[in-house]
Amino acid sequence: MNSELLNELTFFVLAVFVGIEVISKVPTMLHTPLMSGTNAIHGIILVGALLIAAGANSPVTVILGLLAVVLATTNVVGGFVVTDRMLEMFKGRQAQPNTPETAKPK
Amino acid sequence: MTTVLTLAYLLAAVLFILGLKQLSSPRTARNGNYTAAAGMVIALGATVPQLHFTTAGAIIVLVGVLIGTAVGTIGARQVKMTAIPQMVALFNGAGGGAAALVAVAELLKFGPHPPIAEALPSVFSIVIGSVSFAGSMVAFAKLQELMTGTPITYPGQQLVNGLIAAAIIGFVIAVLVIASIPFSFLSLMLLALILGIAVVLPIGGADMPVVISLLNAFTGLAVAASGFTLNNFALIVAGTLVGASGSLLTKLMSDAMGRSLGNVLFGAFGQVRTTAGAGAGKEGRTVRTGSIEDLATLLAYSRRVIIVPGYGLAVAQAQHAVRELADLLEKRGVEVNYAIHPVAGRMPGHMNVLLAEANVPYEQLKEMDEINDEFKDADVVLVVGANDVVNPAARTSPGSPIYGMPILNADQAKNVVFLKRSMRPGFAGIDNDLLYDPKTIMLFGDAKDSLTKLVNAVKAA
Repeated sequence: MNSELLNELTFFVLAVFVGIEVISKVPTMLHTPLMSGTNAIHGIILVGALLIAAGANSPVTVILGLLAVVLATTNVVGGFVVTDRMLEMFKGRQAQPNTPETAKPK
Repeated sequence: MTTVLTLAYLLAAVLFILGLKQLSSPRTARNGNYTAAAGMVIALGATVPQLHFTTAGAIIVLVGVLIGTAVGTIGARQVKMTAIPQMVALFNGAGGGAAALVAVAELLKFGPHPPIAEALPSVFSIVIGSVSFAGSMVAFAKLQELMTGTPITYPGQQLVNGLIAAAIIGFVIAVLVIASIPFSFLSLMLLALILGIAVVLPIGGADMPVVISLLNAFTGLAVAASGFTLNNFALIVAGTLVGASGSLLTKLMSDAMGRSLGNVLFGAFGQVRTTAGAGAGKEGRTVRTGSIEDLATLLAYSRRVIIVPGYGLAVAQAQHAVRELADLLEKRGVEVNYAIHPVAGRMPGHMNVLLAEANVPYEQLKEMDEINDEFKDADVVLVVGANDVVNPAARTSPGSPIYGMPILNADQAKNVVFLKRSMRPGFAGIDNDLLYDPKTIMLFGDAKDSLTKLVNAVKAA
């Protein structure tokens, strides 16, 4: 194995542990937003899509590149926007007074 | 890679990790999404100056980004709150498809005999990305009710799926060992697309959240694999983070349903459905129905009411009506709380999102562990469009398919009111003894409709 591959493997293994550790205490009510948020993060494939699309020089690579960029951008933009829409509502509730008594409409 | 690019990717990776951390806590969740988005902007911003554009390349990048941004923004902004799960499926499928296409483009570049360190992650990305794309589209179609949400099964299905999987392995070997030519890796892609459809078809609509979460983790891994092909640090780290946290999230979701992931995926639920109903023997048992006025009086003169919202509430878009009823009761001095089962609705957390949309105060939403001991002190439990999550069979009958699933102790309350469309069983397909309990009153009809009538009746009470 060359050193670049070894480095990549190291990043991979460490990222597995970090990924598991970092969300291990998530409450149930945040499962949907968290899934949506991680969904947006794998939109990083847009970096890969840009790498292949930028150098497109044949009809095949043009089609592949265009499709990949469209799909990846949809993933990134849609992912972050829809997550924000979900979380917007959590924030609205946080802004309300914390004691149940004052929160009740009288 | 240049130093600047590497450092930018490192910063992006740190922001993704911090973002995930913040997303795991209600107080910081929204900032977590911004943190992750900032990481994305940095990673993309550092990449673009490094690209060597051909004329065609510049045009397709510009056009592609514009189309993708328009589709993503409009889709995410226009979607109704109840339709969010299928929207996530759609975006996830897009990511999986992109990962597979990137891998195809890379294999084309390498020619017929690529080095194994590039070819192996490429075929992995093609297979997993395509499965994720096709599977997500089926999940979308099921949740959007473009096709039936019930499991689609046929004799020999496992065998057929097994054969497709075997053919995929055959083509993987062909690409790696014989020749990486368009025929071999495009066949591979086609077969993986078929497999994605085939594995999701036999899974019921109620289990789609777990499936989407799993496919989300798959896309993460496909992206990480593409990162190995492109030797791109950002793709490897971000993809792996999603793959790992998505896998754990999938497990947490199936745990909340009291089932193993294997049970969700391989249709065991569908098979027990037919046998479980037989022993229940619902013939001869009667249910009690109540008039709107009776129920309104019961609610208005209670001290403590617990509302159990379920999937039926989401379908009927009744979250605003239920809030109106709760407000009205509170004005009369009734203590109202909402008991949120971990898998209420179509996704864990789905109910919180829906009720938040209707401005239900955060403090009134109680998670299962928090509220389960309070049911015995409740005068009325109002079950709106839920069924399996309050089925005592989960505690009492070891033969039931939902045995062992944690449930809300609604049966311990003094009165139980069910707002249901019909006596039809819930997603698990099993009878609920609580419906026949003497202290249970049924009110049949659309949840929103029933709640609106109740609101008017409580006003008059």
